Amino acid sequence: MTAPRLPRLLSLVPYLLAHPGVRVAQAAADFGVGEKQLRRDLELLWMCGLPGYGPGDLVDLSFTGDTVTVTEDAGMRRPLRLTTAEATALLVALRALAEVPGMVDTEVVRRAVAKIEAAVGGADRPAAVAVGIGAREEAATGAVRAALDSGRALRIRYYTASRDVVADRTVDPMRLLLVEGRGYLEAWCRSAEAVRLFRLDRIDRVEELTEPAAPPPSALPTDLSAGLFRPAPEQRVAVLRLNAQARWVGEYYPVDEVVEQDDGGADVRMRFTDDAWMVRLVLGLGGRARVLEPDSLRAAVLDRARQAIAAS
Amino acid sequence: MPGVSSARAERLVNLVLCLLSTRQYLSADRIRTTVPGYADAPTDEAFFRMFERDKAELRDLGVPLETGRLSAFDAVDGYRIARHDYELGDIDLAPDEAAAVALAGRLWDGPELAGAAHRALVKLRAAGVEVDERAGAGVEPRVRATEPAFAPLLAAVQTGRVVTFTHRPHPSAEPRLRTVEPWGVVSWRGRWYLVGHDRDRDDVRCFRVSRIGVPVEASGPAGKVVALAGVDLVGLVRRSAGPPPVTGSARVWVASGRALGLRRVGRVLGPRAHDGRPGEELELELRGRETVARWVAGHGPDVAVLDPPELAAAVGRIWAAAAAAHIEPVPVGGS
Repeated sequence: MTAPRLPRLLSLVPYLLAHPGVRVAQAAADFGVGEKQLRRDLELLWMCGLPGYGPGDLVDLSFTGDTVTVTEDAGMRRPLRLTTAEATALLVALRALAEVPGMVDTEVVRRAVAKIEAAVGGADRPAAVAVGIGAREEAATGAVRAALDSGRALRIRYYTASRDVVADRTVDPMRLLLVEGRGYLEAWCRSAEAVRLFRLDRIDRVEELTEPAAPPPSALPTDLSAGLFRPAPEQRVAVLRLNAQARWVGEYYPVDEVVEQDDGGADVRMRFTDDAWMVRLVLGLGGRARVLEPDSLRAAVLDRARQAIAAS
Repeated sequence: MPGVSSARAERLVNLVLCLLSTRQYLSADRIRTTVPGYADAPTDEAFFRMFERDKAELRDLGVPLETGRLSAFDAVDGYRIARHDYELGDIDLAPDEAAAVALAGRLWDGPELAGAAHRALVKLRAAGVEVDERAGAGVEPRVRATEPAFAPLLAAVQTGRVVTFTHRPHPSAEPRLRTVEPWGVVSWRGRWYLVGHDRDRDDVRCFRVSRIGVPVEASGPAGKVVALAGVDLVGLVRRSAGPPPVTGSARVWVASGRALGLRRVGRVLGPRAHDGRPGEELELELRGRETVARWVAGHGPDVAVLDPPELAAAVGRIWAAAAAAHIEPVPVGGS
């Protein structure tokens, strides 16, 4: 995203006043542009000034090595106020942060909100946006954040829904994430020897260990830009025909393809890792979902249903 | 250079500096002769076109351009920028507050809000606030808001205006027109909901934002809509979109080492054998028989409902229906 130039030009002189002797590269990074572009901006500002446009009226800059300082500001001492859209985006985000229990220190956020509101002039309306998480997540969020703050490893009891198992694992916490409305612990899992995302509402017990968290250098943070659910080669694909009463499945789980049907149902293409998980889902839907593909999955659902009927 | 050419950018910066430095209103003619760049306009018409465009651009950026006359003797309107309205006030953030602001600045996942938040951070930095983008490392909250209706709904909530939109109760349902006094937008389990007073039904309602069509029309004066005092927006959404309330309890047998997910939501009462197989007896909260029956039935022969009989019957019906639906492969193109 290239930010428009004029707002940057109007902010640049006040920025340099607030950061005397800043490195040009640092200024470029702070504005989110390349160094070359920032130098062009500085050259342009050098031509600007006040009526009269004599030596004392123009913006003046002094360069030393790779740093820059403003020596004449031509009266451009403060940045322009935040627009309504800018103030909204920031204040609503802050309020939303404060609403997520355990994620950040709520008191700190409230102080920041009050100061920014005072500076932009006029408090806007409260509680426009809220981000809610479940009660189970709340409990784990606090414990995980404490471990991150103290930099210690954790032993967690974790429920893996895809395999329907609960197991204890020792992990080296890396980040606390809130993605697509759910909280996750991103950590190096010592038994899997890989970076894993653990859903906070599936962590049943947290025990902080005395040893420090030490993810290996090969443990890279998960790239969240493409969303959480990316196709993995080990995943299998099923095509389900959902009737109207089971149509919600296509919204609740990530699906690759949806073909709407006239009766209010839909055919969906879903990825899954564990056969038993998919059988449980379809079996529980009791005929509201039919497996179109693969046929082995259809046979497995039939088999489980018959066994259940025979045992009851 | 995309957007503004260098010559135009330079002219606009000079125009802002000039109007900031004057207490008097400067007429367009005066600006034409004073501010570098305007003298290039070959005709009066070309100048006015240029000047109109520049004024519009500054106003779009939020520059408070004032129009007026200082005295009755001024023949035409002039322009100035009141420094007090232009400049961002002093902000003194403690390091932990600045870290929270940095976190908020990257909360949004979606172009519109993310862009606006980034521009806000740039201005805060220019005001001397040290907002370190890497601050708050270890915590990474992201909220996606890409639904087309999100921005207009948020704007309506912020300004307190009534909204009218089309809404589908289900993805395949016919859209219906709704008029709502919007109280707030809530993210719950990764989905956005609009919460407000539905005028047509005269009741509080939650609407999935992804099922609200655009355009969203705002009407009436700003500030007209006021949320009920002390209203718990998240609580309203949780009650509307979450599992139904508890209506009783059920006892279920689960085979040893199986149905771990079911055990997590229930309470293990003790060991119990069923049909010669070892296992445990579990107590489950009943929340709408449909949902619990679905959870239980998915585990097939690893579970058996002990009580109540209605739940046992419902689970039995699910198994029978699942078996009937899967006896034969569905022919391609058939239904």
